[in-house]
Amino acid sequence: MDIDLMMRVYPFFLEAAWTTILLSVLTALLGLACGALGAAARLSRFTSLRLLGATYVSIFRGTPALIQLFILYFGGPQVGIQLDAFEAGVIGLGINAGAYMTETIRGAIISIDKGQREAARTLGLSQFQAFYKVILPQAARLMVRPLGVNLNMLIKATALVAAISVVELTYTAQRYIGSTYKPFEMFLLAGVLYMIIIYATGRGVSWLDRKVRIT
Amino acid sequence: MTESNDFVQIRHAQKSFGTLEVLKDISLNVARGQIVAIIGPSGSGKSTLLRAINDLDALTGGEVWLDGVQVNKKLPHRQYEKHINEMRQQIGMVFQHFNLFPHMTARENVTMAPKMLKGLTAEEADALAEEQLDKVGMLERIDYYPSQLSGGQKQRVAIARALAMKPKLMLFDEATSALDPELVGEVNQVMKKLAEEHMTMIIVTHEMDFAASVCDRVLFMDQGVVVEEGPPEQVFGNPQKDRTRAFLRKELDETE
Ligand SMILES: Nc1ncnc2c1ncn2[C@@H]1O[C@H](COP(=O)(O)OP(=O)(O)OP(=O)(O)O)[C@@H](O)[C@H]1O
Ligand SMILES: [Mg+2]
Repeated sequence: MDIDLMMRVYPFFLEAAWTTILLSVLTALLGLACGALGAAARLSRFTSLRLLGATYVSIFRGTPALIQLFILYFGGPQVGIQLDAFEAGVIGLGINAGAYMTETIRGAIISIDKGQREAARTLGLSQFQAFYKVILPQAARLMVRPLGVNLNMLIKATALVAAISVVELTYTAQRYIGSTYKPFEMFLLAGVLYMIIIYATGRGVSWLDRKVRIT
Repeated sequence: MTESNDFVQIRHAQKSFGTLEVLKDISLNVARGQIVAIIGPSGSGKSTLLRAINDLDALTGGEVWLDGVQVNKKLPHRQYEKHINEMRQQIGMVFQHFNLFPHMTARENVTMAPKMLKGLTAEEADALAEEQLDKVGMLERIDYYPSQLSGGQKQRVAIARALAMKPKLMLFDEATSALDPELVGEVNQVMKKLAEEHMTMIIVTHEMDFAASVCDRVLFMDQGVVVEEGPPEQVFGNPQKDRTRAFLRKELDETE
């Protein structure tokens, strides 16, 4: 194993790791927004909205994220959507992650005992007041761990945007393999950096989960 | 209104879940300050009737009136929501499984709705929480979370939460059924206290002794109809109907 080479290219990988982190953060935020909207639609009292939410989830969970990215980035210009690779990566992965988060958020909300809503409504709270004072604060606590799983998956999925040439970790590894012919060292370096990002994120999620847990 | 001598009126209540008819033309009047117990076998429709009073389960037919106002008025959706929220503020309800809000302390459980719906200030809300929790003997535990309380304590906080809205009517759906036997007494005691203060109450219960000692009237329900009703001495001491006798005999056997 060529440790020397690894030490030499390491700073470039570190820079690429920052791109991966930025990509993950933006994707997570967009995913959370899409997930919240998706869950609201899935739980709506209007059939048309419920159908819309269900369709969103089944389309984006039912096809490979890579195909979704390709359609957006390569197919987009054909229908007048011009995005640079980074934008396409964030939007494509964000909408994809949102489909998974829709189910996570919805799952947490419907797992709250219906007696909670009944107790709130009995006191005279409106549907909306009962939701944001009683249901959501409890559901939000339950969401932390499963959303952490979504986050973990999403970070790993950012590797896919190498295929549309966003210069993040995986793409950088591939590029250096082209010039060094050392795939083992290059992918190992990328892998270690992914692991550090994911480990730190996991710790953060565990910390948040403990912090918000009901005593 | 001439007939509003009766504080709570249920007129020809009918309720079906799909094809299952759970309430079959039930009428009931309760005067202000009166305490009515509803007894009957499991599945007879007691909870459904109680939950129809505050429209938690909407009736498929009939009317519910409280203090001269129809609770289940026919109104367009938005107007109805506003109306029912106002009515529910006047009707306290206590559930078998307490349904305390686990993310709030006892104090917050009690003050949340009054703050939100009646615009109480923080000081007013605190005073209210102390008053209500003191009344149910839970003042020392005011800043405890539900998970730190026993079943009986939880139920007393739940009663305080309902009372904090200053309801005109209290509904109890088997408030002591989920409690360990040794914790039943403390909740019953609180309910007795309310009775002494002439709170109007409708109490669904399996505890015949309690019903006999606290209630002015007992209703025996079976299969969605009121089979027999009257003062406790009569319903328990001298039941007129076979079904009532059979039910009471069975209940007595179980408690012995
Ligand atoms: N949401 C519902 N959907 C369908 N059926 C229901 C629903 N709620 C109650 N029922 C049915 O209505 C009937 C009466 O139920 P209810 O809960 O009012 O009985 P109960 O007298 O309170 O019984 P228990 O003593 O066991 O609490 C039962 O047969 C029950 O299965
Ligand atoms: Mg019941």
